[in-house]
Amino acid sequence: MIMQRTPLFAAHQRLGAKLIEFGGWEMPLHYSSIRDEHLAVRRAGGLFDISHMGEVSVRGPGALGFLNHTLTNDARKLAVGQGQYTLLCHERGGVIDDLYAYRLGEQDYLLIINASRIDADLAWLERQHASWSKFAPVELRDLSEQTGAVALQGPRVRQFIDACFPGPILGGAAVTKASELKKNEILTTPFEGTAVDIGCTGYTGEDGFEVIAPREVIEPIWNKLLAVGHAWCLQPAGLGARDTLRTEVCYPLYGHELDEQTTPIEAGLGFFVAFDKGDFVGRAVLAEQKANGTTKKCVAFKMTDKSAPPRPHYPIWGTGAEAARLGEVVSGTQSPSLNIGIGLGYVPPEFSRPGTLLEIEIRSRRAPAVIVQKPFYRKGQ
Amino acid sequence: MAYFPLRLRAFVVKSGTGNRQLMSANIPAELKYAKSHEWVRVSGDTATVGITDHAQHELTDVVFVELPAVGRKLKAGEACAVVESVKTASDIYSPVSGEVLVANQAIVSNPALVNTDPYGAGWFYKIKLSQPAELGNLLSSADYLKQIGG
Repeated sequence: MIMQRTPLFAAHQRLGAKLIEFGGWEMPLHYSSIRDEHLAVRRAGGLFDISHMGEVSVRGPGALGFLNHTLTNDARKLAVGQGQYTLLCHERGGVIDDLYAYRLGEQDYLLIINASRIDADLAWLERQHASWSKFAPVELRDLSEQTGAVALQGPRVRQFIDACFPGPILGGAAVTKASELKKNEILTTPFEGTAVDIGCTGYTGEDGFEVIAPREVIEPIWNKLLAVGHAWCLQPAGLGARDTLRTEVCYPLYGHELDEQTTPIEAGLGFFVAFDKGDFVGRAVLAEQKANGTTKKCVAFKMTDKSAPPRPHYPIWGTGAEAARLGEVVSGTQSPSLNIGIGLGYVPPEFSRPGTLLEIEIRSRRAPAVIVQKPFYRKGQ
Repeated sequence: MAYFPLRLRAFVVKSGTGNRQLMSANIPAELKYAKSHEWVRVSGDTATVGITDHAQHELTDVVFVELPAVGRKLKAGEACAVVESVKTASDIYSPVSGEVLVANQAIVSNPALVNTDPYGAGWFYKIKLSQPAELGNLLSSADYLKQIGG
């Protein structure tokens, strides 16, 4: 297949990345090793190319109403310069995508969406937009092709972000420096004359930032961050480490914990569903699930004996003589931080309490595991 | 389970500055090799089997190894062991036919040995050869080097 390449493809090659296909993009799996890059992020800093992700601009007097109609979280909570994690659901409550929504200006919002869902999200948003514009104007623009992004994650990155982005602050959160951004805040600042956005979010469970910028300046930003960050032991990090890091903190990955047949309630993301904001697409089904329960629930589990790591699609069984097949693993790996197999999977709610013993079927043998509270790993552990 | 496609390429080493240098690959001359990146050390009518330095380099951090049971009879080319890295599980194919005599518990307790000492402490199993003539089908170190693009 013809894969797409980000502006950093040449940089990945120069750094010796092992390249793989992800969502139609040719991306770095790792540069040195997944374990090495994972631990670098936990201890110092890692820099990820996330330019394959999508960006959608939603502007106009009807923008807030449109977003509150199509997304589950309450966008009224967003001050200028703030963002929130939220979900895009269809009428039966199933998830079309999970994403971040930032408010850049009074009537100016930016959505950061998954690379593998760009087409699906835009088709859905445009369909909703066609019936929405009757109420108040909303301008919807797909900026994905002209926009790139990098994620700077780790306990040391706040110490050198200002050296790469010295200011001034042109918009967004009311701070004077990028290092003053609090979680979920976003600002706009120039990089070599071009305006870029810096959000204080991440997908790793560590402190960090995501820099969203026009394609042309992504490579200079990447080079500058690596050069300045070198003194703080910043390393380039690939999708392999991105996956192990997010699994350790139990963040969902679309296509694994989330899909169109799974609701935010089943996934344990009810916190991001605002039932009190008025109607939104999927509300009826989600409210019914919240009131009456679901038939499946996302749990976190750890292997309890030395075993091969759990992996997606491995069957989950109960224990005992009459053990039933309970469900399937959706994410799993050997945790580089904890050195044990960890995973996420779906089971019926009656089997979902922490402490419940499970068996994971690995190559036709069953290995013991136990359900634990999320997350597996907490920052600074 | 799909066999992890170890990318065939010249064995290169990165220097500290990130430049790539082609160096003589670590492929001991006294061993024989399978196309699927296993090595064989012959001693009389028994052989020791492991995976090459190229293979462990492609896998990166090995986190778990599953070995064939002692007494199991293997045919050349048969999937007989599994190596798991953080990201994937890969099948290991027996380069030779015979009966498994010993499985190396050291790499079960410490999978990292496969990365740090693939031709020594990282060996997988010892096998009593049932068809010694099969050794003629294996690659020499020079042929294996060509195979991986050197």
